[in-house]
Amino acid sequence: MLSFENISHGLHNWLSAIMSETPVVLIELTLVALAAITLFAALGLILVYMERKVAAVIQIRKGPNRVGPMGIFQTAADTLKLVMKENFMPDSVDKFLYKLAPFVVMITAMLILAPMPFAQGFQIWNINIGVFYVTAISSISVIGVLMAGWASNNKYSLLGAMRSGAQIVSYELSAGFAILSIVALTGSLNLNDIILSQQDGWWIFKGHIPVWIAFVIFMIAVTAETNRAPFDMAEAESELTGGFHTEYGGMRFALFFLAEYINIFIVCGIGATLFFGGWMPFHIGHWEGFNHVMDYIPSSIWFFGKTFFLIFVIMWFRWTFPRLRIDQLLNLEWKYLLPISLFNLLLITVIAIKGWHF
Amino acid sequence: MIEEITTAKEGEMVINIGPQHPSTHGVLHLLITLDGETIKKLEPNLGYIHRSIEKMCESLSYRQFIYSTSRMDYLSAHINNHACAMAVEKAMEIEVPERAEYIRVILDELTRIASHQLWWGAMAMDLGALSPFFYAFREREVITDIMEETCGARLTMNYMVPGGVMTDIHPNFVKHVKDFIVQFKSKIDEYDTLVTDNIIFQNRMKNVGLLSAEDAISYGTSGPTARGSGVSCDIRKTHPYSLYSKLQFEEVIETGCDSFSRYLVRVKEMKQSVKIIEQLIDNIPEGDFVAKTKAVIKLPKGEFYSRAETARGELGVYIVSEGGTTPYRIKFRSPGFSNLSALNHMVKGYKIGDLVAIMGTLDLVIPDIDR
Amino acid sequence: MIRFLKNYFTEVFQAVKSLFLGMKLTGYYFTHPKEIITQEYPENRLTLNLSERFRGEVVMTHDEQNEHACTGCSACELACPNGTIKIINKFEINAEGKKKKAIDAFVYHLELCTMCNLCIQACPTDAIKMAQTFEHSVFNRNMLTKQLNLAGSKLREGVE
Repeated sequence: MLSFENISHGLHNWLSAIMSETPVVLIELTLVALAAITLFAALGLILVYMERKVAAVIQIRKGPNRVGPMGIFQTAADTLKLVMKENFMPDSVDKFLYKLAPFVVMITAMLILAPMPFAQGFQIWNINIGVFYVTAISSISVIGVLMAGWASNNKYSLLGAMRSGAQIVSYELSAGFAILSIVALTGSLNLNDIILSQQDGWWIFKGHIPVWIAFVIFMIAVTAETNRAPFDMAEAESELTGGFHTEYGGMRFALFFLAEYINIFIVCGIGATLFFGGWMPFHIGHWEGFNHVMDYIPSSIWFFGKTFFLIFVIMWFRWTFPRLRIDQLLNLEWKYLLPISLFNLLLITVIAIKGWHF
Repeated sequence: MIEEITTAKEGEMVINIGPQHPSTHGVLHLLITLDGETIKKLEPNLGYIHRSIEKMCESLSYRQFIYSTSRMDYLSAHINNHACAMAVEKAMEIEVPERAEYIRVILDELTRIASHQLWWGAMAMDLGALSPFFYAFREREVITDIMEETCGARLTMNYMVPGGVMTDIHPNFVKHVKDFIVQFKSKIDEYDTLVTDNIIFQNRMKNVGLLSAEDAISYGTSGPTARGSGVSCDIRKTHPYSLYSKLQFEEVIETGCDSFSRYLVRVKEMKQSVKIIEQLIDNIPEGDFVAKTKAVIKLPKGEFYSRAETARGELGVYIVSEGGTTPYRIKFRSPGFSNLSALNHMVKGYKIGDLVAIMGTLDLVIPDIDR
Repeated sequence: MIRFLKNYFTEVFQAVKSLFLGMKLTGYYFTHPKEIITQEYPENRLTLNLSERFRGEVVMTHDEQNEHACTGCSACELACPNGTIKIINKFEINAEGKKKKAIDAFVYHLELCTMCNLCIQACPTDAIKMAQTFEHSVFNRNMLTKQLNLAGSKLREGVE
């Protein structure tokens, strides 16, 4: 059966057969880098198009429908426009930081991609502290946002960046606790082990109500962490016009924009891996026949299907809810989400120790 | 004033909100002094869209000047025109035919609903929810279609003339208004589900932007802004004009004094407007739609004043006539200007996000403020 | 303590319920694409249904013999609040040898017009009316200044 695993293994074997080890590693690294960049570009285009279409249908509009059939080339045309725009830099900005900031945000997003299991046996870097790595790296992106806000020498940007800092630092806590609850159930930080532990059913079904609560908290926290509405304090276009990227234009703005969507993809991928079994097909306990039928659907389709469903939920949030105020945002975290997730973690630990889950 | 505010104290920051800013809905310029995110002081800076409509009117005849008032508060164009037409009718002692009065009141109330619907969508958009804007425009579109059919234009209609209305209503008018009422009633619950009952929205609005009844009166606020503070000031009740003394409707008053009360007043007013239209739409009497007037209107010497309740508050039209064909002086008392004056008082000590929400509940139309 | 906890959880539950109801509504629209009300404009040009009273621009009606009803009385010019209309008259000598006033050019400045309908109301002979056209954009502003009477047109018989 054709799968990503077979392709990557076949390629590795073929390369090893015709040359020595060092060039093989170099060529494979280049290929991986190229593949990651291609995935980035493709994801950016697809997700922006998806966002615009979802928003349009919810708002009883048609959305992009001029460039290409159903407007599918609209985002490509927009990208072309952004690439061709002048890289304008306002006077009196901190030039070094101003140029660096979009790349920090972008590179952070790229780094988190490393331990993501896209399909069975298809992963850039199988690392035994995968979950820890993801949470650690994802907190770097706030530095890029703060950098952009400070370097722009604009009061709106500064306010946006400061809001973003306060927000991401707070919401990392509950996102971390939600992730920890699955780690407690699995007993492993390796993303592959977490997926394999869901062989007889996904955690969202196996773990009773506490896992549901953990999932809801996770979704709220990652929506806040990726600066999406209703938590888009850092941008808040009706308050701060553009927030931290007010002074950015052209390709530098596009990098921020792209990083936002890549981040959504990554957090949804992590959510799908932890709660919905990643590439693991839908299995029910010991129903061998049923499980076998499900295995016929390729694992990559399972992963991308689940991830895109979660992305859709996050988009659904954005086009339904009004924005919170900055102090309410912090209230929600410290007065509601944090106590609930702490208590929930305790419950899940008890369940894990007693083995009460299915 | 502006120099005073730009010299901020240590630790304070001055920010320009506008004249090009997504939430000022026009070219309003606000200078705000911030301490962190907390607003210390706010100074509106007006004049970006001043077209000197009052001065222009001095060179226009009494038939002509009405059209320019549609350009003040363009969302309640009919009501502005109605107030001007009433001022001329009062001066000339013209008896307006009953059919014209019925048409005028129905159109006024439709305008009010349309205006409040646009406000509702824009208000939700200020708070970051973009979808309600489109839902509101769906129903508003039906009203503008009715306006287009009968008056010939969608926004600046110029349909009221001294003595009545310009043309008779379109044959389909009654049917389409009834259709609209049915559609509107089926959708108004969606408004509540999506925005009013939403917990995020309520938290953003409740106990924010407090304006006590005393302050509301002393700042001269009117319309839903004052009624949200518990002040009874509906011109349709206190100084009934046209048919309003005969109609059954309630003056919506909320006593919460906060942004949420002002929000509720407007949402409930839409329902009251529907109630008024329902009373009138079936009984439009036959007869003339305009009274016979002279071709050239000359107002007698003197001063004339009329007032009407627009979607934003009290609109006063004050005409000084020297007996000629054009007014000697015209003054419009526009509701937005007085309502804006209370903004500094309302936002002190709140966050930037609240400023946007409070400004949303004032329902500012900038051309109405600058004229 | 128990009351506090009860209130706390009721609060959380009510909040989540209100959010869920909102999502249900937007979810309804997402799953019912037939609620979409967008009209695709340039494509539906032929089927556009404009009301017959819609005020697009002022036109002068001409019949098959290229005759109009404008006597050049300039009532519309006086009624216009913006100076949109300018009537240039000439004197024609008719068959009986009498001098008769007729319009030479009915100049209409579309760029100044606010579509207030006052000129149409003022016209005693119904010579002008509002057309339902609305696509007025041109590349040169001069093209918005129009002469409404057609070349070679003359006053219809019997219109005074």
